[in-house]
Amino acid sequence: MNDFVDIGAVEDIPVRAARVVKTPQGCIAVFRTATNKVYAIDDKCPHKGGPLSNGIQHDESITCPLHNWVFDLNTGQAKGADEGSVKTYTIKVTDGRILMDTSEFIPEMAAE
Amino acid sequence: MAQKLVIIGAGMASGRLIEHLLDNDPNAYDITLFNAEPRGNYNRIMLSPVLSGEKTYEDIITHSDDWYAENNVTTYFGEAVTTIDQDAKTVTSKSHTVTYDKLVIATGSAPFIIPVPGKDLSGVMAYRDLDDVNKMLAACDKKNAKAVVIGGGLLGLEAAAGLKEQGMDVTVLHIAGHLMERQLDPAAGHLLRKELENRDIKIHTEGFTKAILGEDKVDAVLLEDGTIYEADIVVMSAGIRPETRIATDLGLHVERGIVVDDGMQTSDPNIFAVGECIEHQDQLYGLVAPLYDQAKVLGANLLGGDEIFSPVEISTKLKVTGCDLFSAGDFAEGSDREEIVFRDAVRGVYKRLIIQKNIIIGAVMYGDTADGGWFLQKIKDREDISELRDTLIFGPNFASGAPSDPLAAVAALPLDAEICGCNGVSKGDILAAIEGGADSLDAVKMLTKASTSCGTCAGLTAQVVQIGLGDDFVLPEADTICKCSDYSHDDVRKLIISKELKTIPDIMQELQWKTSCGCITCRPALNYYLVCAWPGEYVDDGQSRYINERVHANIQKDGTYSVVPRMWGGITTPDELRAIADAADKYNVPTVKVTGGQRIDLLGIEKEDLPAIWYDLNEAGMVSGQAYAKGLRTVKTCVGSDHCRFGTQDSTGLGIQLEKAMWGAWSPHKFKLAVSGCPRNCAEATCKDLGIICVDSGYQILVGGAAGMDLRETELLAQVTTEEEALELACAFYQLYREGAQYLHRPYKWIAKVGLDWVKGQCVEDVENRKALAGRFHYSQTFYQVDPWAERASKGKDAYEYSPLADFSKVAAE
Ligand code: SRM
Ligand SMILES: Cc1cc2nc3c(=O)[nH]c(=O)nc-3n(C[C@H](O)[C@H](O)[C@H](O)COP(=O)(O)OP(=O)(O)OC[C@H]3O[C@@H](n4cnc5c(N)ncnc54)[C@H](O)[C@@H]3O)c2cc1C
Ligand code: SF4
Ligand code: FES
Repeated sequence: MNDFVDIGAVEDIPVRAARVVKTPQGCIAVFRTATNKVYAIDDKCPHKGGPLSNGIQHDESITCPLHNWVFDLNTGQAKGADEGSVKTYTIKVTDGRILMDTSEFIPEMAAE
Repeated sequence: MAQKLVIIGAGMASGRLIEHLLDNDPNAYDITLFNAEPRGNYNRIMLSPVLSGEKTYEDIITHSDDWYAENNVTTYFGEAVTTIDQDAKTVTSKSHTVTYDKLVIATGSAPFIIPVPGKDLSGVMAYRDLDDVNKMLAACDKKNAKAVVIGGGLLGLEAAAGLKEQGMDVTVLHIAGHLMERQLDPAAGHLLRKELENRDIKIHTEGFTKAILGEDKVDAVLLEDGTIYEADIVVMSAGIRPETRIATDLGLHVERGIVVDDGMQTSDPNIFAVGECIEHQDQLYGLVAPLYDQAKVLGANLLGGDEIFSPVEISTKLKVTGCDLFSAGDFAEGSDREEIVFRDAVRGVYKRLIIQKNIIIGAVMYGDTADGGWFLQKIKDREDISELRDTLIFGPNFASGAPSDPLAAVAALPLDAEICGCNGVSKGDILAAIEGGADSLDAVKMLTKASTSCGTCAGLTAQVVQIGLGDDFVLPEADTICKCSDYSHDDVRKLIISKELKTIPDIMQELQWKTSCGCITCRPALNYYLVCAWPGEYVDDGQSRYINERVHANIQKDGTYSVVPRMWGGITTPDELRAIADAADKYNVPTVKVTGGQRIDLLGIEKEDLPAIWYDLNEAGMVSGQAYAKGLRTVKTCVGSDHCRFGTQDSTGLGIQLEKAMWGAWSPHKFKLAVSGCPRNCAEATCKDLGIICVDSGYQILVGGAAGMDLRETELLAQVTTEEEALELACAFYQLYREGAQYLHRPYKWIAKVGLDWVKGQCVEDVENRKALAGRFHYSQTFYQVDPWAERASKGKDAYEYSPLADFSKVAAE
């Protein structure tokens, strides 16, 4: 069951910046791109746990702030020579509001 | 007998529908048409030319009263349908109730009015129909009337251009970072902005409307950031919503729009819907092309057909005379997507194609849109373009079109543009030397002295020589800044100044960047170059900075941060130490360490706690130590003549003066200083970017040391006699380095390139130049000596960085 919850407005995230959503499993990084698309991925680099929300965004990729691995925001896959991936989350944007499917990160809520 | 067909809404979609029905079987239906507007079908998309005065309302009427009469269409205009009765099969307006066999809802959209205080004031209007246009035109009659348009999308900009054309003073507020962000990428949005600004339309991006001010009519618009724009009218163009109210009342299936199947049927088999009011396969539509397709499908199906609506790729054009803009398809970037970017700085042309698996999936173009249709066809056909790839971007007429000229930006420089600053050589001088017979780069260099001093203009000089000599000359390979550009760091720095480039998108367009928005190598460099070139003017782009500089703390391996307050010249006080100790206790700082830079590091602080701990340290009078910055770091000192038996001068005092003069400055890389009181050199001045050794007769100013990955001893720049001279020379040297070095070069690398003799010439021997350099440094400091911690701890700058967007961690804990 989808459980879409409004987590804030697109404009709460500056262009090309990111913010985090805290969950019981850790943080999710929510990115707004230069073209106003919104993506959500785990805020944890598979290399050594770097907080991806703190990286530099370019195109639709994010460079990890710790050792510069690059991930595709669409797929969560590492780009270039590095291997690994981060989990991605479903985002819906409606009327400038960002909706996330909480059942993807709070299983208990979906069970209710 | 003919069936009764009732249509609600006389808009672009239903106009087409009626034509299809009449063309194919004029006797199938008795048609009754209701419209809320007091008029029949007209070409809504031509309202902008009516607003700008290029057309009149009469020109855009598509179906006249006579036409309806001739075709036996019963019309009730100025009558909104208020209820539908599904069982009785009737629709009702204020004065008519009509029965139907089949019903079509074609109510279009309603403009979205953003819910801010003052939205109901007189003078606030939408931009949807002829009445809105008439209201705007009435407002233009007043002398010096001012309009604020909220929304920099297609409609908002058309309204803005039209109002400007009518003589109004127009400001556009737009919430995104660039105009028309749904259709354009940032580069094209930037070009569009420049064009509109040239027409004197003010554009305020990332402008969030807080309230519309006024008593009974609008006076002004207030933004979240405190800006106020005076206004006689406010045009809201912040988006549209499908007009679904009557369908919702009836209980039809409505999501964002009225849900229809492929045959345009709603959840009631006798009720259909077309146009902007529908939702089909989760999609809404806001342009006429797909609506016309829908009308055709429904027209056929109402006559017993079985057609299905399948949406095709659509393109957008902005209908503002003189702004050529085209966009189609999907132009976001993604993992398996490649882009081809073409920029012509001279003609102001920008084209970008997005390619996925050898198929064009998106195209954006500005300035020259002639090939738009050709690309759109390729997108629709999903044509494999691998064969055409190399010349694709030049369009179908490649044979006649010349590829872009990488030298265009240099070719466009005026003759008096300075190429070699050291020797005062202009572009004209170089070309004159060539005219005069110089036939090689070396000959030009000999004759003009261009690029014979510091050498940072070598690339530009060679390019001007190539322009002068033509094909006979082969350009030497230049080290380009990154794969996005053909220019070297030095070229970019020089062209920023000579072409007065003041934003990152400006640089990218004018210097023909090969990617749409750069990469992590060039963006931080360009941001720094602009910070240095245009102090007080350039708006720093935080998103082009590495995290440490963006949040003013050093990121740690576990994602926490370290905080290092300044200790001027390594001097502290019991009060400062107490404040540091209190902060360490209060924020559970796991490690407190004395750094190699004579100050104290608080390590392991959660990002969310940063503003609070900064606030506490600020309260105790401490500011950021910028231990994270490509900028001034520390000034180490020794105890000097105040206490030491060998001390010759007040090394501590001079160190503090230097740090107070230089803190806050950004530079190509970090910049570290030390001042030792005598040649015993306890402050390790001989391995710093700039070190001072005090001697009896004055101060030895040493530069170009390093003790990191490379180990270098400093070299003597000059010996001076007074503290004032020492300070002035230090600032002049720092400025020379700031203005000249390439990003991420420490001074020793830069000196190796330009030569210490040249440096001495610039800031020691040429006294006037030294003063000018120091003057520019102090001027720049008036803008950058602002404690970044205080701005964030007390003034809420970049607050988004330090708080989560949402917190579900507690939800589950309950
Ligand atoms: C805290 C400190 C070590 C300490 O505990 O003493 C330190 C810590 C770091 N240094 Fe350093 N350096 C520190 C003094 C030095 C010194 C000694 C000095 O300044 O007297 C040097 C050699 C002198 C020099 O710079 O030439 C030094 C040479 C480097 C280098 C190599 C620079 C080079 O050009 O080769 C780096 C890497 C870089 O900048 O790219 C570096 C980078 C770093 C970074 C920022 C690594 C990073 O990028 O994350 C470290 C941050 C640790 C953290 O998490 O806070 N640190 N670092 C010192 C802070 C001084 C201060 O108060 O600001
Ligand atoms: C200024 C402007 C410029 C545009 N430029 C372009 C362009 O360049 N290219 C492009 O493709 N598109 C453009 N559009 C969009 C285009 O006009 C719309 O997509 C199109 O008009 C939608 O057609 P429609 O029939 O669904 O709705 P509309 O044309 O809006 O018609 C709906 C009609 O239904 C009436 N109505 C609503 N509710 C009721 C009710 N309860 N009872 C009776 N009547 C009702 C409304 O009054 C309206 O007249 C532009 C729009 C505007 C406003
Ligand atoms: S030497 Fe500097 S960069 Fe290396 S581990 Fe120590 S603090 Fe970190
Ligand atoms: S932790 Fe992300 S690259 Fe190392």
